Amino acid sequence: MTSRTWERPSGTEIVYERPRSLTDVVTHYCPGCTHGIAHRLVAEVIDELDIRERAVGIASVGCSVLAYKYFDVDMLQAAHGRAPAVATGVKRVRPETVVFTYQGDGDLAAIGTAEIVHAAMRGENLTVIFINNAIFGMTGGQMAPTTLVGQETTTSPGGRRPQRAGYPIRICEMISVLDGAAYVARQALSSPQSIARAKKAIRKAFEAQLEERGLGLVELLSSCSVNWKMSPGDALRWIETHMVPVYPLGVFKDWTEAGAEAASSPVRPAAGGSDGAERRGEAAG
Amino acid sequence: MKRERVLMKGNEALAEAAVRAGCRYFFGYPITPQNEIPEYMSRRLPEVGGQFVQAESEVAAINMLYGAGGAGARAMTSSSSPGISLKQEGISYMAAAEVPGLIVNMTRGGPGLGGIQPAQSDYHQATRGGGHGDYRTIVFGPATVQEMVDLVGKAFDLADRYRTPVVIVGDGMLGQIMEPVVLPDPVDPDRLPPKPWATTGARGRRPNLINSLHLAAAECEELNRRLEAKYSEIRANEQMAEIVHPGADYFVVAYGTTARICREAVGQAREEGLSVGLLRPITLWPFPTKAFEEALETAKGFLTVEMSLGQMVDDVRLSVGGRAPVRFYGRTGGVVPSAEEVLGEIRRMVEEGDEGR
Ligand SMILES: Cc1ncc(C[n+]2csc(CCOP(=O)(O)OP(=O)(O)O)c2C)c(N)n1
Ligand code: SF4
Ligand SMILES: [Mg+2]
Repeated sequence: MTSRTWERPSGTEIVYERPRSLTDVVTHYCPGCTHGIAHRLVAEVIDELDIRERAVGIASVGCSVLAYKYFDVDMLQAAHGRAPAVATGVKRVRPETVVFTYQGDGDLAAIGTAEIVHAAMRGENLTVIFINNAIFGMTGGQMAPTTLVGQETTTSPGGRRPQRAGYPIRICEMISVLDGAAYVARQALSSPQSIARAKKAIRKAFEAQLEERGLGLVELLSSCSVNWKMSPGDALRWIETHMVPVYPLGVFKDWTEAGAEAASSPVRPAAGGSDGAERRGEAAG
Repeated sequence: MKRERVLMKGNEALAEAAVRAGCRYFFGYPITPQNEIPEYMSRRLPEVGGQFVQAESEVAAINMLYGAGGAGARAMTSSSSPGISLKQEGISYMAAAEVPGLIVNMTRGGPGLGGIQPAQSDYHQATRGGGHGDYRTIVFGPATVQEMVDLVGKAFDLADRYRTPVVIVGDGMLGQIMEPVVLPDPVDPDRLPPKPWATTGARGRRPNLINSLHLAAAECEELNRRLEAKYSEIRANEQMAEIVHPGADYFVVAYGTTARICREAVGQAREEGLSVGLLRPITLWPFPTKAFEEALETAKGFLTVEMSLGQMVDDVRLSVGGRAPVRFYGRTGGVVPSAEEVLGEIRRMVEEGDEGR
């Protein structure tokens, strides 16, 4: 890491700095892109939980494909949509690591739907950061499964028409019905308050893994002002005015909440018990 | 210690050999004719502290292998032809990111859904990389259960040494047949050479990266050149073949199950007084060109026999380089050629000599 070239003047206090888990480089993201905010939140949580040296990140294919340059942890770059499968391979071999995927909505909700559903179905102890910007950003603004009805993209000229292109896919609602999911939440990266809630959700999604409760997934409603053809400020407002009504914010599943165990299924064994031991290859009691 | 001979089905023997080679992780999706491998692994791996994962698809299974290999483990997947097509994405990524792993293909008839009988029609896919990009995998084509068992350990060793995916190509017959085998002594996976490049969490070191993205063209070309240098080394050092009856006038060329049938046909031809030998490639990639140089000291002709309509014959022609006629005989779609059919082809080759070119 680059060393600081200045001395902090005495009597002053650092109130804001780069998290240890981010590298000291300029990202390639467009000005105003919320990918940068999401990276920072993930890195802050990794620092706060003191798991940087145990963390293994799985970068996906999308605008965040270069995430491996930005997180200062061990990283694997996965094929489009396959991050949860790659993460499964790592976590099964190294249960002591803390494995997270960072995936866009094309990656997770189109080409990778099978991989995310089945990682949740198996109750893999993984943390999934899911960036829903209602578009294929990297390839130039094509329609995603998450694109809103009527939303104009390069492959839905005139707006997405449900008769031909169907309806937005709600991943949190889908994943939260699976018994293997421990924590599922959706938050928006559109205001300081919602960003604070997003960070709490990310922390919980990591804690679910640390406690071996199963899959933790946080969907972050994000902006892509470039492909939405708006100013960054308008894009943040559009999240709140257009996306939130279709993608309601909140916690869809939380293993720590009273009744959560009962509300989920009788088939899932108490987490952290014999299941976890078996995962680690120890003799199950 | 004298090792015991046991009677085992090919698929189960292969699975046990993998466990003894230190493989502790298996990822797969059911498909005939290789189901005994995942079934065996689902029982066996938990006994040795390993893990079996039944994946949601072959695509997921190969990407789990990418993760497990990337995390430094000896790990494998197995499938048959239609499933191997789905794995090509991950094999290409493994080759590019230099992640070791074992992929077994108990080949069945194709194309499409094909059938479930033995075939060798995935030869091109296996030996030309199979997925997108400029890469190769090491490919073994064993002919007996014992040879398959012996090659499993070698496959893991080479995968680790060269940091590359390795493929074992069997077929429905080799997977299902029961033969006596001597199993190798177990290897302790904790005592294998360390893999400092693996993504295991950056404890007290700089972060590791497993990646195949190279946006700058020059950088991507550089990766390809580095891979090619590795492949050249493999071509030079890892060729394996068996020549039966060296010095013969004619050679039958066949691998795997077909080689067993051809061995019998060659024996019958020799009883008839014909000077015929068998050249049996064991590594399909690297193709055993050195064995062809040896055969060419006396060979006046070659007959390639495959359970396909002619795939390996391309490599035979390239290796022979026009120095002798190369004939072809094949059955496909799950049809296994008989020794009589092959014997007829041998007789024709000897009779017609150069005219069969
Ligand atoms: C197998 C495969 N198909 C298609 C692509 C091309 N591709 C790259 S990124 C992408 C979409 C990414 O969109 P998303 O996941 O929403 O990420 P964003 O860029 O919006 O952050 C596609 C289709 C690819 N790399 N691999
Ligand atoms: S194209 Fe969109 S998602 Fe990609 S970096 Fe630019 S603003 Fe962000
Ligand atoms: Mg997107």
